[in-house]
Amino acid sequence: MSHIGSYEQRITNFDWSIAEKELGYNPGDVINIGWYATDRICQLGKASKTALIHEGFTGVEKRYTYNDIRLASNTIGAFLRGLGLKNEDRVCLFMDRIPELYLGFLGILKIGAIAQPLFSAFGDESLHVRLSNAETSAVLTQKKHVFKVRKILDRLPHLKHIIIVDHDGKSPLKEREVALSLERSKPVEDLECFPTKAESPSVLHYTSGTTGMPKGVQHVHYSLISQYLTAKWVLDLQEDDIYWCTADPGWVTGTSYGIIAPFSLGVTQCVLDAGFSTEAWYRFLEKNRVSMWYSAPTAIRSLMKGGDEIVQKHDLSSLRHLASVGEPLNSEAVVWSERVFGKPFLDTYWQTETGCIVISNYPGMEVRPGSMGKPFPGITGTILDPTRNEPYSVPGKIGLVALRFDWPSRMRTYWRNPEAFQKKFRNGWYMTGDRARMDKDGYYWFAGRDDDIINTAGHLVSPFEVESALLEHPAVAESAVVSKPDPLNLEVVKAFVTLKPGFAASPDLDLEIMNFIRKKLSPLAMPQEIEFVDSLPKTRSGKIMRRILHAKEWGEEIGDTSTLENE
Amino acid sequence: MEGLKDVILQYVTKEYLEDDSEPLDYETPLISGGIVDSFSMVSLKRFLENKYSIQIPDDKATPEAFDSVTKIAALVEEFVGKKG
Repeated sequence: MSHIGSYEQRITNFDWSIAEKELGYNPGDVINIGWYATDRICQLGKASKTALIHEGFTGVEKRYTYNDIRLASNTIGAFLRGLGLKNEDRVCLFMDRIPELYLGFLGILKIGAIAQPLFSAFGDESLHVRLSNAETSAVLTQKKHVFKVRKILDRLPHLKHIIIVDHDGKSPLKEREVALSLERSKPVEDLECFPTKAESPSVLHYTSGTTGMPKGVQHVHYSLISQYLTAKWVLDLQEDDIYWCTADPGWVTGTSYGIIAPFSLGVTQCVLDAGFSTEAWYRFLEKNRVSMWYSAPTAIRSLMKGGDEIVQKHDLSSLRHLASVGEPLNSEAVVWSERVFGKPFLDTYWQTETGCIVISNYPGMEVRPGSMGKPFPGITGTILDPTRNEPYSVPGKIGLVALRFDWPSRMRTYWRNPEAFQKKFRNGWYMTGDRARMDKDGYYWFAGRDDDIINTAGHLVSPFEVESALLEHPAVAESAVVSKPDPLNLEVVKAFVTLKPGFAASPDLDLEIMNFIRKKLSPLAMPQEIEFVDSLPKTRSGKIMRRILHAKEWGEEIGDTSTLENE
Repeated sequence: MEGLKDVILQYVTKEYLEDDSEPLDYETPLISGGIVDSFSMVSLKRFLENKYSIQIPDDKATPEAFDSVTKIAALVEEFVGKKG
């Protein structure tokens, strides 16, 4: 029997106090995610239960019980406190998916500081923008990534401590650097958690914007309430489950459902810190007897590409429940998973700003392949008519996905950018920036983005950020960045570039610019195609018309060109 | 084959590793080892195509085929051979 039981029954008389009661939380109490995810589980008698099974890229496995993660997060928290870090200081996690990433996240929350996870493949410029905006006080990182921090250190006056979690003593520590070794530290048995309250800030995730630089999405400790309940009802996490969330905690799925939710539910989860390969993933599922698997459409399509035969070579009979997130899950993937795994991947929809799943398919509810599902109980969604900013009165029309902004894990603001936060609302509705339609039975069907943001393999990339970085290349005069369709990643980045005098388009220059962006921003932001052009379409006022380039890439109608400079 | 492997090894070292990283060898896992991710594979593939004037079809450019210098060299040889 699934936790949610009947969706229809759950949406009547729903109240978030269901989760509060299960967690033993009363309004006004102290609520600290770090404590709920570790100490509380131990107090419930599960101290010796396995919390984390970690496998690194060399195949070495490490196991941690709930008592182990309690002690390790205490130890990291005490270390940070010893450096003088305190509540609401921003502490960045800039690491691969090593155990210290998960344990450090909890340690930061325990002392009331704000965890700022950043994707370890970010280049130095992406890192600088985010650390500078957050005025981050400390970074927890690895020796393989510390060089990026060193490169930008002069421009980060607020950064006081760079904590290297795997320093081996072979090379000397540099300015502001300090080593932390969990293995060599005496475990801290008792750490007094900072008494955070419901509205105390907890996590700061950066997300891409259409026009400006990335924005820090600020969450609070009360987010636990909806992260806990959505994981229970949508992911259907059960006491005996072995859970695998394939997301990196550099992104919100990896924290909400890769750390906070599973640990606060006392579930055993596993992590594979290795690059993607079909064989490695199936082997990992089989070896760990994974029963609940939360993954992403790009990965699922990559597995589909690997064929059915390889699936038959592995015993995947442990799989009980599958779900997907990050980008729309195409119906072919749903049908394929049902055929090869005997279970469909259930699509879930949410964003960094929502903090938890807001629209979803549920265990026991009829799956309509290709649909996003229905709003989670307690969450009011609608499709707004963009001309009136009012909900459509009839189903079937494509409009803007909008939500009443009133659930526990919604963002509280964009970090020091209240203007951008206010712009997310129209007529009292939170605008997701996505377009969809609703069918007569209340299922939502994704139609596309309502802005220029590029969703590549489930990660959002700002065209503005890539264009700005391109202009720093000595050969580039002007640039425009749009998405182009991609069978595997849904969309990839494409750049249109004009060159400065003295530079000529060539395959070598193309590759040089690609690598320039990869190192400066990230591999995700690297244009997978660069088209050298003589000029870019512009309005008479000189603004580049991305919309025209986008329409050409997607084979869509170009629309109104009356403001085009050369018309 | 050794010459080809050295060219690839040098390029990967220059583009994907930092000065103080552990040195690579022909068999170091590149994709599964987290040195080259699936997005960065695109620029590595582009380098090989430019350098050897070949076209590697997307269905051949799999994470498995790019997982070591030796495997990449074998893939390139397959297509360089086809040119002739």
